[in-house]
Amino acid sequence: MAAGGGPARAGAGPPPRARPPPPRGPITLIGDEQAAPYQRPPLTKAYLAGETDLAGLVLRQDSYYDDHGIKLVRDERVIGVDRQARVAVLGCARTVGYDHLVFATGARPRPLPIPGAEHVLNLRTVADADAIRQRLDGQIGLDVVVIGGGFIGLEFAAVVRKLRHEVTVVEAQPQVMQRAVSAETAQHLVGRHRSEGVQILTGTGVAAVREGLVELTDGTVLVADLVVAGIGVIPNTEVAQRAGLTVDNGIVVDAHLGTADPRVYAVGDCARFASTHAGGLIRLESVQNATDQGTTVAAAIMGSAEPYTALPWFWSDQYDVKLQTAGLTNGHDRTVTVGDPSEGRFSVFCFKNDRLIGIEAYNRPIDFLMGRRILEGGNSLTPEIVAQPGFDLRASQQKAA
Amino acid sequence: MPKITYVAHDGVETVVDVAQDDTVMRGAVLNGIKGIVAQCGGGASCGTCHVYIDPENTKPLSQMHQVEDELLYFTACERKENSRLSCQIPVTEEQDGLVVHMPEKQL
Repeated sequence: MAAGGGPARAGAGPPPRARPPPPRGPITLIGDEQAAPYQRPPLTKAYLAGETDLAGLVLRQDSYYDDHGIKLVRDERVIGVDRQARVAVLGCARTVGYDHLVFATGARPRPLPIPGAEHVLNLRTVADADAIRQRLDGQIGLDVVVIGGGFIGLEFAAVVRKLRHEVTVVEAQPQVMQRAVSAETAQHLVGRHRSEGVQILTGTGVAAVREGLVELTDGTVLVADLVVAGIGVIPNTEVAQRAGLTVDNGIVVDAHLGTADPRVYAVGDCARFASTHAGGLIRLESVQNATDQGTTVAAAIMGSAEPYTALPWFWSDQYDVKLQTAGLTNGHDRTVTVGDPSEGRFSVFCFKNDRLIGIEAYNRPIDFLMGRRILEGGNSLTPEIVAQPGFDLRASQQKAA
Repeated sequence: MPKITYVAHDGVETVVDVAQDDTVMRGAVLNGIKGIVAQCGGGASCGTCHVYIDPENTKPLSQMHQVEDELLYFTACERKENSRLSCQIPVTEEQDGLVVHMPEKQL
């Protein structure tokens, strides 16, 4: 085995980057959930609110898989991969041979490192959402505590508030969504939540959870009929690591999403890839990234040499707010706000070294879509241009064209 | 179940049963109809489920909201008077027999 030694490979097998021929055989999709592949974003939105059911989430009808030669193996987990023999080993000890192997193993909720964590629910899978729905079912006015003010926590809070429960969000950082959005956008979202009657506590952690109670690090004790945590995820990389692949906060892949083994790839939340937009290795947790990477790898397996260069984008629905981000705004050193925040429609243009790196559009979908285009193409927008009174992104690009 | 007809850019028609309260977009995606991408899965965020409603259509359709209206300015193919985002059109018995035409490309 090639454990250690960085990108070293097993002795046998093809040389690096010599591509195996495009596959003719079947596709086997192995997952440890009961449900056929489904969309996760509605779990914190329409599904939780009871506006749709599992049939409304599935990505494809069952017959689609049969019709396209795709074998779905559900409720089964891959526990090992033998790259020399080119087989994946399932929990039931069955093996599945491969010519090409794609790790799309996703991530799992980060466990809460506090006493009483067993009283806390997570929200990642449809089973998680069902468990939460069951606890809320048919009731109103329950005390609900949300640990973590990220996208999952805040979307969850918005839906549960609409279901007429009392909601408190506890965020250990001084700002909600600190990793994901600018302070301006975060402040407005917090304001929106507070206007709906959601309590948001920042800069305080959770010390312990007990039956019916949440104790904060500042000594506050909150009453809680239900506690849900969204404090980030851990990529599912253990099988890749045991198989001797390089793992460092994600399965490390190159710009083509390939590992050092030319037959093995990784995509989505579990993959740490060389990003042209970030200028280094990053791991993204978004639908856009997962689907676009899937497309790139499928093309690569069929012989394409195109690297993964898709511009990251993201959206979140909370109440009547549609927040859409284009590009990666993390690491910005300057922002310019366009539009009227007091009317709940504005965009935050994020710059780093005077270069536009991302746009957060708060109920301004045109800025989001326009922003995607100009960030994909390269742009010459400076903070000074954007800060001019009456600046309009669409008009500015029409002029430039 | 209501039947929706999807006409590809090359004229090929596919008729699909769409479950009550699913959307025109979901009917296409669930059945793997090429021509509707729906990158965001129905979040009204991407504009890649663009369709042209059949000019002869008489079925009632959902009202267009502002987000959809704005997204339609950025579709890959030209916006026409009968352009809609198919993720914003829920299907009930009233839409049984609806015909939509798919643009040449969505990206």
